[in-house]
Amino acid sequence: MATLGDLERSIMERLWQSDAPVSAAELRDDLEHKTSAGKDLALTTMLTVLSRLERKGFVARDRKVRPHLYFAVTTRADHTAELLAQVLGAEPDREAALARFVGQVSPQEADTLRQLLEKRAGSVGASAAPRPLPAAQAD
Amino acid sequence: MLSASLTLAALAVILAWPVPVLLARAHWPSRSPGVALLLWQAIALAGGLSMIGSLVTFGLIPFSNGLLSGLADLPPLVFSGALPAGAGLIHLFALSSAALLLAHLLLNLGVTVTRTERQRRRHRSLVDLLSTPLLGQPGTLILDSPAPVAYCLPGARTVTVLSEGLVSLLDSDQLDAVIAHERAHLRQQHHILLVAFESWRSALPWFPIATRAQVAVSLLVEMLADDQSRRLTDSTTLAEAIALVGSAETQNIVRRGPASMSVVDAPAYAVRADKVGTATEFGEDLQHDVRFATSVDPVVVRVRRLLHPELQLSLPARTGILCLAALLLALPALLLLTA
Repeated sequence: MATLGDLERSIMERLWQSDAPVSAAELRDDLEHKTSAGKDLALTTMLTVLSRLERKGFVARDRKVRPHLYFAVTTRADHTAELLAQVLGAEPDREAALARFVGQVSPQEADTLRQLLEKRAGSVGASAAPRPLPAAQAD
Repeated sequence: MLSASLTLAALAVILAWPVPVLLARAHWPSRSPGVALLLWQAIALAGGLSMIGSLVTFGLIPFSNGLLSGLADLPPLVFSGALPAGAGLIHLFALSSAALLLAHLLLNLGVTVTRTERQRRRHRSLVDLLSTPLLGQPGTLILDSPAPVAYCLPGARTVTVLSEGLVSLLDSDQLDAVIAHERAHLRQQHHILLVAFESWRSALPWFPIATRAQVAVSLLVEMLADDQSRRLTDSTTLAEAIALVGSAETQNIVRRGPASMSVVDAPAYAVRADKVGTATEFGEDLQHDVRFATSVDPVVVRVRRLLHPELQLSLPARTGILCLAALLLALPALLLLTA
């Protein structure tokens, strides 16, 4: 079952891996071979999804050649960084676009929280297995 | 009408300064966050209504004997250009100030809502590409990132996002607590309140009160979601989840530093590390326990509240506060209608 979202994801994964711009037909053939998402894909579907991705600013195309060649605007890492910057920059007292589970924490506050966890782990440890502490995750 | 105008002005001043300061300092809101949230809304609405209402009633004094008939008579007078006797500049100034203030507040609300909506859409399209759905948990996405974050995106298709870093940091009970917390935000539509208070704050940046309300409301909303979550799991599990996420995130940045981060996340961490750096300037030499007992940091307050639960306010107390909230709204409305 390939939803539009699945198809967008597969196309982007393919474009992110690709060194050179590719045509819609090439993309479709690749997807048909490599993933189940590309089964029985019509070229028009590919073109629709590609222009959706272009509108969202993830894909650009070279219009000087026929057929048009598509490529990713930037790397997956750049997009991940943009997304994380939005998440980490979203403070309850600044933006309301998304609600974070835990907001900004200063180093002192983190220390306080860590001590609290250690205290709890110490008291729980006698009866049950201690929970993983953040210190254990440091490396 | 002069007395009504003066009473409304007095009410506006009280609601703009002493009342929010007292409420922001009070301890009881953490025992009954829902009731406190209603009170904040009543204060904000009644405050805005009194502010605009006092200007309008004052400006209309020369025009008519009552607010409603005065407002009805105003447009033809304005268009014909004939002002009644006794209408001075000060009355016109009051009327235009009221109109400007109202327009400013409404426009700001519109701008904030549109901007938030645009950010959400952009974020949603990024998340859709960079995450995979969690099997067996509809509406939950797993983000391919080592930073331990959890958040929810309200909107037409609501979604809860957990990062791989978070999943490896927490055990399954703690994860359930996190998901329950985020679901509560979405179910109770907290984003609407947050946007309203954010717009109130950005419309009146020179009003320390609007900022206080915004900070208090965002913490109360977290407490409400915590309360929903601990009903499904338990307080200790949720407190541990909050403390683990809160301490791990900073640890990643401060102890390891952005330099040793994977290339993927370095830019985002760098942004964050700068912000954290500025927060280290105060409270260095305080004892941890003292700080914990007196901290106003929202994350520490939440953990403390979960580890040392207090009974919610008694029924009479809650009823009393709700009546007070209703009275706060009714007072300016009645003054305006009878003016």
